[in-house]
Amino acid sequence: MSKFRILVGIVLFPALIGLLSSYTIPNGQGKLNITIAHYAGTTLLNLDDSEYKNELGQTFTVSRFRYYMSNITLKTEDGRELISPTSFLVDEAEPDSKKIELTDIPALKYVSISFIIGVDSLHNVSGAQGDNLDPAKGMFWTWSTGYIFLKLEGHARASTSPGHIFEYHIGGYAAPNNCIRKVTLKLANGGLNVSNRGANNIRLKADILEILKTPFTVDFSKLSSVTDLHNATTIADNYADMFTVAK
Amino acid sequence: MKWVYFTVFACCLYLGLNSFTENNPYFIITAKDVQLQIPPGFPKPVYEFKDNQVTPEGFVLGRKLFYDPILSRDSSVSCAFCHQRIAAFAHIDHTLSHGINGLIGNRNVPPLQNLIWQQNFMWDGGINHLEVQPLAPLSNDKEMGETLQTVLAKLQKNKEYVSAFNDAFKDTVITSQRMLRALAQFTGLMISSNSRYDKYVKGDEEFNEHELSGLKLFKNHCENCHKMPLFTDNTFRNIGLKPDTALRDSGRIRITGVEDDYMKFKVPSLRNVAMTYPYMHDGRFRTLQQVLRYYANGNFFGNYDKSIERNIGLTDAEQADIIAFLKTLTDQQFLHDRRFADPNFR
Repeated sequence: MSKFRILVGIVLFPALIGLLSSYTIPNGQGKLNITIAHYAGTTLLNLDDSEYKNELGQTFTVSRFRYYMSNITLKTEDGRELISPTSFLVDEAEPDSKKIELTDIPALKYVSISFIIGVDSLHNVSGAQGDNLDPAKGMFWTWSTGYIFLKLEGHARASTSPGHIFEYHIGGYAAPNNCIRKVTLKLANGGLNVSNRGANNIRLKADILEILKTPFTVDFSKLSSVTDLHNATTIADNYADMFTVAK
Repeated sequence: MKWVYFTVFACCLYLGLNSFTENNPYFIITAKDVQLQIPPGFPKPVYEFKDNQVTPEGFVLGRKLFYDPILSRDSSVSCAFCHQRIAAFAHIDHTLSHGINGLIGNRNVPPLQNLIWQQNFMWDGGINHLEVQPLAPLSNDKEMGETLQTVLAKLQKNKEYVSAFNDAFKDTVITSQRMLRALAQFTGLMISSNSRYDKYVKGDEEFNEHELSGLKLFKNHCENCHKMPLFTDNTFRNIGLKPDTALRDSGRIRITGVEDDYMKFKVPSLRNVAMTYPYMHDGRFRTLQQVLRYYANGNFFGNYDKSIERNIGLTDAEQADIIAFLKTLTDQQFLHDRRFADPNFR
């Protein structure tokens, strides 16, 4: 399980002392469960069998949806941040991957959660890695080093690719092709009081329709494949807003 | 009577070969063999074996993997298939890489030497770390055509490998990280720094007049890019080569997407260059003479690096002297280093 560590950032030294001591007060620590539900608009995503429509009314099915969620950060009311430097691989086909458990969370009130969709640049240049970042997970480019941050694949009648498939494999950690997108979301009901007893839950929704629109409306007949840096940032700009906090 | 001698001889040979690699000191790797020694005058390496301390067992595992075609889809092609020791681990006399099913790849096989001083790998610099470099040929359809998952499954099923991984990493679970780190231990120690030129610099060797003249010319004409002591500045440059219409290789732009990187390729090291023919990213020049003539003629194409214009008009004699100098970069000790020899003699 990922250990939380204190992000000192720009906090000055005296403030740091205060920060550290506040984390050791006897409120203790709790567990946090982040559950993610994948949607296509207002309905839960169902791989292969269900048909959806994009902004242009083109019908499609989804066969694969997986992405990296990294560096989950929680912010307290007074602006202190806790960061987990771990990368999670969330996969619609792996129900367990949609439940992320974080331990050792100081019992405080948190008002927002942020994370990146993708893998930070440091972990893209650090050689052979294990666990979720094992290249054998199939989310790694071998001809141009770097992680594939997000894969969305499926079939669309309108696609001109063989078998009417569409595939968006989005990655790239360096400018001008940087596809890392930071997501910051306010927590529901004004915030979450993490306690050292019972369940502390944050429920997130990710809507795959958002990957196909705003700012760029994807037309399957014109853009059915993005598997290198061409058009990658366009799709990244689209997925930047796919998450919301469930009420 | 003769056939009796022959049978006895054959039996001895058979028994001898069976234990050839295990007992032959030529193949035994000791702690001393895997000590990293930075040659005098070389800069600090980019890859410092952090989290991957070289051990004899790790190195031996890397060597075993390097020479084993198990890494390819049909078990026909090993790393060493294209990276021959006698050619400083380039592919002698092959313009483009070869792969499974007789397929021909898109680029000329680069030598493997002094890799720990490279920030990135491949002609287009697409690979950013020594450890992940082997994944490129491994998964390339025209080279080894294999998936990482399948390779790991094949290795895990193989008793010899389970034991070799256990020796190297004290664990019988074979992971991609362990496989790649073992390969990095092996390839990372491929260091060439004992050419005649190096000995000349140390004062242990003398150059003849052509070599001396070649050295001087080299410093004026070539060293701008082929910087000593690595004989590359690790940059990417367009040297005015006309794109091959069949390969349609556009160079580094494929990696960066930056217009200015069109037709730029990595400046290759010239160490052991006499052994790594043919030349250029697509192997278009068979000989060093052709390379020098190309620069001297000045028929450069496209938006090339203007610094190469200094070579226009090099005379035949000057070209010959530069080649005489380049031949002093051949490192016999490296080309015959027993540590890097194929252990699969049986």
